[in-house]
This record gives sequence, structure tokens and C-alpha cells, in this order.
Amino acid sequence: MRPLTELLVNGGRHEVNGSVLTTLAEALRGHLGLTGTKVACGEGHCGACTVLLDGEPALSCITLVEAVGEREVTTIEGLRDHPLVEAFVRADAVQCGFCTPGQIVSAAALVRELPNPTREQVRHAMAGNLCRCGTYPKIEEAISTWQG
Amino acid sequence: MARLIRTEKEVEGRYTEQWVVVEEDPLDRWPEGPLEVVGRPAARVDGLQRARGEARYTADLALPGMLHAAVLRSPHAHARVRRLDLAPALEAPGVRAAVGPGDCSVLVEEAGYQGAPVAAVAADTFSEAQAALARIRVEWEVLERLLDPEEAVARGELIEEASRYERGDVERGLAGADVLVEAEYRTATVLHNALETHQAVCEWEGDGLTVYVSTQWIWGVRKDVAKRLGLPPDKVRVVCEYMGGGFGAKNDPGDHTYVAAELARRTGRPVRCALTRREENLASGNRHATVQRLRAGAKADGTLTALEGEFTMAVGWDGFVSSTAGPMKMLYGCENVRTVELGAKLTTGPNDAFRAPGFVEGTFGLECLLDELAAKLELDPLVLRRRNGAEADPVNGRPFSAKNLAECYRRAEPHWARREAVRARSEGPWRRGVGLASQIWYGGGGPPSYAWVRVGSDGRASVLTAMQDIGTGTRTAMAQIAAEELGLPLERVSVSLGDSSRGPYAAISAGSSTTPSMGPAVRAAAADAARQIVEIAAQRFEVEQRVLSLRGGRLVSEDGASWALEDVTGLLEDGQILGKGSRGPNPTGMRVLTFGVQVAEVAVDVETGEVRVERIAAIHDVGRVVNPLGASSQVEGGIIQGIGHTLSEQRLLDPGSGRALTVTLDAYKLPTIADVPEIVTDLLDVPDAHLTSLGSKGLGEPPIIPTAAAITNAIRDATGADVRSLPITREEMLRALREARERAFAL
Repeated sequence: MRPLTELLVNGGRHEVNGSVLTTLAEALRGHLGLTGTKVACGEGHCGACTVLLDGEPALSCITLVEAVGEREVTTIEGLRDHPLVEAFVRADAVQCGFCTPGQIVSAAALVRELPNPTREQVRHAMAGNLCRCGTYPKIEEAISTWQG
Repeated sequence: MARLIRTEKEVEGRYTEQWVVVEEDPLDRWPEGPLEVVGRPAARVDGLQRARGEARYTADLALPGMLHAAVLRSPHAHARVRRLDLAPALEAPGVRAAVGPGDCSVLVEEAGYQGAPVAAVAADTFSEAQAALARIRVEWEVLERLLDPEEAVARGELIEEASRYERGDVERGLAGADVLVEAEYRTATVLHNALETHQAVCEWEGDGLTVYVSTQWIWGVRKDVAKRLGLPPDKVRVVCEYMGGGFGAKNDPGDHTYVAAELARRTGRPVRCALTRREENLASGNRHATVQRLRAGAKADGTLTALEGEFTMAVGWDGFVSSTAGPMKMLYGCENVRTVELGAKLTTGPNDAFRAPGFVEGTFGLECLLDELAAKLELDPLVLRRRNGAEADPVNGRPFSAKNLAECYRRAEPHWARREAVRARSEGPWRRGVGLASQIWYGGGGPPSYAWVRVGSDGRASVLTAMQDIGTGTRTAMAQIAAEELGLPLERVSVSLGDSSRGPYAAISAGSSTTPSMGPAVRAAAADAARQIVEIAAQRFEVEQRVLSLRGGRLVSEDGASWALEDVTGLLEDGQILGKGSRGPNPTGMRVLTFGVQVAEVAVDVETGEVRVERIAAIHDVGRVVNPLGASSQVEGGIIQGIGHTLSEQRLLDPGSGRALTVTLDAYKLPTIADVPEIVTDLLDVPDAHLTSLGSKGLGEPPIIPTAAAITNAIRDATGADVRSLPITREEMLRALREARERAFAL
């Protein structure tokens, strides 16, 4: 298969093969081995697959690789040393953990924009990231204490 | 010497007798309250792996040469395969194998529900496998649908014989009542929707099978797969190191595991079979809907004279009848009780266990009925509940191993006392109120369960047991228990779990049983290792064993002398101390149960029917709390799922076709972060003096049990409306408000 496109991911350039229907989530997880990005619904309803495109949250399961273009992709692997990670662990904002990388990616976009978000701002920004275990109160706490 | 005894075992209220081997040397009970590590808040020992996305779930596993399966599922609620031709699928690009009914035991010719698995394909990629499914030629004979549980009961279509229970004389109790209430309550079918869907990767090596699977019970999968495939159990290895949620729906191997195993056998390659979200919401279990016709009678002072309930459960094509009558039988000391449970066989997806199956539904009915009774008696709902407490299990007269419900009620008082102030905050169309509901459930765990503890020359310890952490934090709890017993800081203990070939047998993670089942085994193993360390130190340093103890990573003598642990274990160089422990029996002749009460505050817009939950206080008695931080997360999680069940979640079927309308996460409404109220958690943290060396019970299920009734009772307090059907959609809320207005007008 011909190289489909080039992706800029977490500061590195990668060639990605696949069809025009290859999603960004498939490319990240399958081709680049970046399995921190989870796919839980595959149709843009749950937020587990959230990545940043030039700093903006995007649902990688419904974003085609071809549509990414020159935008830089940041995944949870690119945020592994972000203070939010430690804040999530400290606040116990991790139960089964399957939604957690997506939560942290969404939260990273939020705190970059608003370093001290209000409760309402947190709830608004995070409402697209579902957590079936119900870690929500701890997620709120983690985001409100992310600076330590 | 090992002693063989006969003991009672309970999982989610189902009791069986079994043999168990008890090791000698019972351990002293730890004192009440926080210890050095146990009882103190601990961040998860695997939190970083999970948060950074480094934890490998079944969903993340990619084995060399791995193929992907896709499953052809019935589009009809009930149909028979007249003819099925796999040949065109086998010619599709990338396809390596295809199987149909007769090739694999879980693939059926008669599909009893939409989503029943009929055939499967393995291909190089998942999209190739999916594309190939469209080429399978199927000729369906559509059969009769049956979707309504009451119609099924009327036609005698039951999953199993009706379960009847009676004590005392209900007729006399009703006749002797000063006040009677009667109501019909309904709960909807709700879906688990763990974020990691059901999935397995199967790989054959020689005559052995390795199953990587998202499961709540490694050993159950090992046993079931071995049995069904005719393998010796030791030839089946089951692995699940990280697991993306189950909530009861992942207790069994599931169809996907058998499909993957068969396709892997045929192709000689590893095969992944993972459900899509839509398949998950059709064919991976559900909490069955219920219809509850309930009656209660009471004396003017609130003493219950009779309770009666007919419970109809929409079980589905297969599944089990949850004990929805359980709370009515067990929660109150009423002398006259009669219940019947009817499990309807329908052409809908089989139910499965879902976090306190039966008790969530039954508590909604019973605890709403109690409040309707309190209203008629003009009695404080909390007073009514206190008046009817049970001193012993009303079903069999057995004493409780521990029951602190009265203390839960006492701690609920300050929350309950907020009602005047909450009501006073009503303004405009928004009416506010407070409601409460009690909780009873199992959660004692039981034998058998085993653990090993390995201490190396560096003075670090590893717990080895083939249990699973399904997201509840049991890995952390086990590390805390071992650290406490070994006198080590938490960071010097690691836990290795999730692989049947890497540790001894461990219990299921269901029925709130992991901590009470595994914790005592881990403590016993750590104690065995600690004993050996003390014996070695006594010889090395020529002191008496009885003066030595392990504290703060050191061996400490009564006279104040101390040695670093690694100075003792270091003598062994590459040698290791190996401790082993097992779970003893539960107390004979006693009922081990959990109790609690929740107080909810709500706001209801009486013009639009919108309901907002503003605050929930949860007071539960689950024995000793190992990790207060993780425990509060469990409580919050249970309550939030309970809020979903109460306000937004329901599987809807098209009544014409019987097909599900809510298979995606935009149609099926899970709670989001914006739906979460203030949650106050108060756990009694009193060890159960009769239960194991730990005195801990499980906490996974209790917090979801009373939430729906507490919210519904708060709605009645706020508006005077009797909501009787879950979820409380705006239509249901407006109906109840209209009914309340008409009732008031008639007076």
C-alpha cells in the first residue's frame, strides 16, 4: 500500500499507510502503536479517543487521517509528564481507566486555555467525555488542583 | 494441619454449600480505625499506568499474525436460519475463515433476539471481516416476537418456575392494618456500557489455549472454556491485567471468546473478537426491566403488619431471574410477607448481572412504597424505618454477623434535618425536597481464595494471586493489606495479578466480594512471610522470636534494638521468602450483609418536569474500610450509575419490530459530569467482628441500591407527586404531577 499521508504526532513525523477511510484513531493505535488513545464507541459519542489537533480537542475515531493535514497531533503519550496526570492519580480520578487518557487530553486543552477554570467551566468542557465508572467528582477535583 | 470443613458460600444472594480447607493459625484481629497503611487513603498503585495510557487492556493487545473476527448477528427479534451460505464470504479480500451454526457452540440457528450470533468471519483486518459479513447469504424465517413481560407471564412463558416465598399470615396482617397502601412500580431495562466492550483474543499454542479477555473472573473463564472445549483446565491460560469495566456483564467467557477460540483453531493464528458499541448494546446483557405490584399494611404507629409483592422481570431469551423480592423479604422485621417472582422469557437480549441485580430494582419499589405509607400515616419516613428494623434475618432467623443500620440512620439525621431549609429554597417553578432510602445487600465474600507473598533480599514484597482488578482498586487494597502485615511502606509492595498461570486461584469480582474474599488470603500470606522473617532474624541476631515485630520496614525488638528488613532478607542473596495464605470460611449460622441509607435532595421544575439531583449523602456500613479514598470513589460511582438509572437510562425497543433503538451512546443516555450532584460519603468503618481476620465487606454494589428510591422520595417531598416508573422522564414527572393535582382537587 502506498503511504497515505504524513502525520506529525507528539513532535515526531510518521508515514501512515491505509485507505482513505483510515481514521486517526486507527492510525495512532494500529499503525503507530500509540494505544493510550482508546476507542470505546467508534462513532464520536463518548470522548475516549480524544486527541489534540494543534491544541484543540478532536475525536480521533471520527477524524480521517487524510483530514488531519499539517496539524500537530498530541496524544496522551505526548502528555505523559503533564501535571494533570499526577493530579488525576492523586485525586483518584481513575477507576477502570479506560476513559482516563481521553479525559486528561480534554482537560489539558481546558487548562491551557483557562488555568483556573470554574466548576461550571470544567463541567462544560468535560461533558463530552463519558466515564461509566462515575469518576466525575474526582475528575473535577483533579482539574481544580492540577497545579499541585 | 489443614482442616476440611463444610461451609456456606454466597454470591449475590445465591447460597451454596461447599467443602473448604482451613489452614491453622488464625490471625489476631487488627484494631479498629486507621492503621499504618490499611484504613488510610492511598492513590492507586496502578494509577499512573492507567492515566498515562500505558496500561495494556485486552483492547490494546496486538499479537503477531493476529486476525480480527466480525460476527453476523440476527437483525430480527426472533427468526430461524433456513439457509446460510458462507462461501461468498470466504472469497472476500483478507478473509481466512468463516464459521456458522454447527461450527461453534455459540452460533445459533434459532435467533431469539436481535443481535444473537449466527456466523463469524476472521480476516486480516476488522474492516475486511465486517465487509465479508455482508456477503454471507442468509435466508431467514421470521418467527413470532414476544416483547411484553406481562403478556409472557399471562401465556406462561417463563424462564424458570415462579419463585414463591411466604412467612406468617399475610391476609391476617392486611386485615389487621390501620392503613394500607398499594402501588405498581416499574423499572426499565438498562445497559451496562462498560467503556471497554466485551472482547477476547485467543491463541492456540500446541494443545493449549491462551485467552486474553476483558473479564471479571479469570478462573471462571478458565473453567468454562476448558469444559466447553473439552480441555484440561491447566491447558487454558486466562489473562486480564487491566480491565475496562464490567459492572456484572463480564462474569462469563461470553460468545466472543468461543468465536475467537474456534476461528483461532481453524486458522492457526491468534484471533481477536471484539464487540462494537452497537453490538455491546444488543447482545452483552442488561439489567432486566421489572413490574412490581406491591402492598403494605401498617398499624397507626407505623409497625408493618404485612408486605406483599408480585414481581415480573423481563429476563429475555435467556438469563436469570434476579432476586427483586430480596429487599422486601430481608430489609424489615415484618412478620407477614408474601412474594412471587416471575421471570418472563422474551425475544429480547438475555439479561446479565448488573451491580446488585434485583436489589436495585426491588429497593426502588419497596422504599417508595414505604414513603407512600409514611405519607398516609403522617409519619416521618425515618421514624417509620426505625420502627421496623430487623434484629435477625427475618427470612431464617439467623443473627447478623454485624448490623449497624441504626448507626447509619443516626448519622443520616443531620442530612435529613436539612429538609426544612431545602424546601424553603423552592422558588418559581422549582420545588425542592429531601428523600431517603435504606439499603441491604450481601457483600461478605467467601472461600476459596489464595494468595502468595514473596519477599526478596532487597526487602520488597510482591503479592501474587490470579485475581483481577476490574477498576475498583483491588490491586491497591491488596498492596495495602500486605504492607500493613509486613510493616512495610506501601511503595515497597507490588501486586501481580491478572494471569491464571501466575498465581493461585482467586475469587470472582462480582457480588461485592473481591476485597472480603481476597483480602484475608493476602493478609494470611503476608503473615506467613512475616513469621518466616521473624524466625530467620531470631536465629541470626540470637534473640527470641516473641520480642520481634515488623514495623516501618524494620525488625524491631522489644528492647528498642532494630534492624533494616533487608539486613535479614539480604542474608539470602537470591533466596526468597515465600508466604502463602488462604481465605477461611464465613461465620457459621450467621448472615453476612451490608447496610446503609442515602439522603437525596432534588429540585423539580413543575412546569417542564425537569428533575435535578442536587445532593446525596451516602452512609454505609461495609465493615473495615481498607482504602478510604478508593472507597469514596466506589460510592460516587455507584450513586452516579444510580442517577443514570433513575433519570435518563433506558433501552427502548421498537414495538413493531422488537429492534433496539438505543444502541449508540448518543441515544442511550449515560450520566455526564454535568449531571453529578454534591456527594457526601460517610462509611462507618467498623470491622465486622465475626468476619475473617479483616472484618471487611464489599462496597461495589451497596451505593447504587438506594439511590433511585431516595431521589424519587425526594421528588414526592418536593412536589407531592408519586413517581412510580423509572427512568423519571419528563413525561413521567408531568404525569405524576398531574395525578397529584387531580388527587388534591378531588379532596
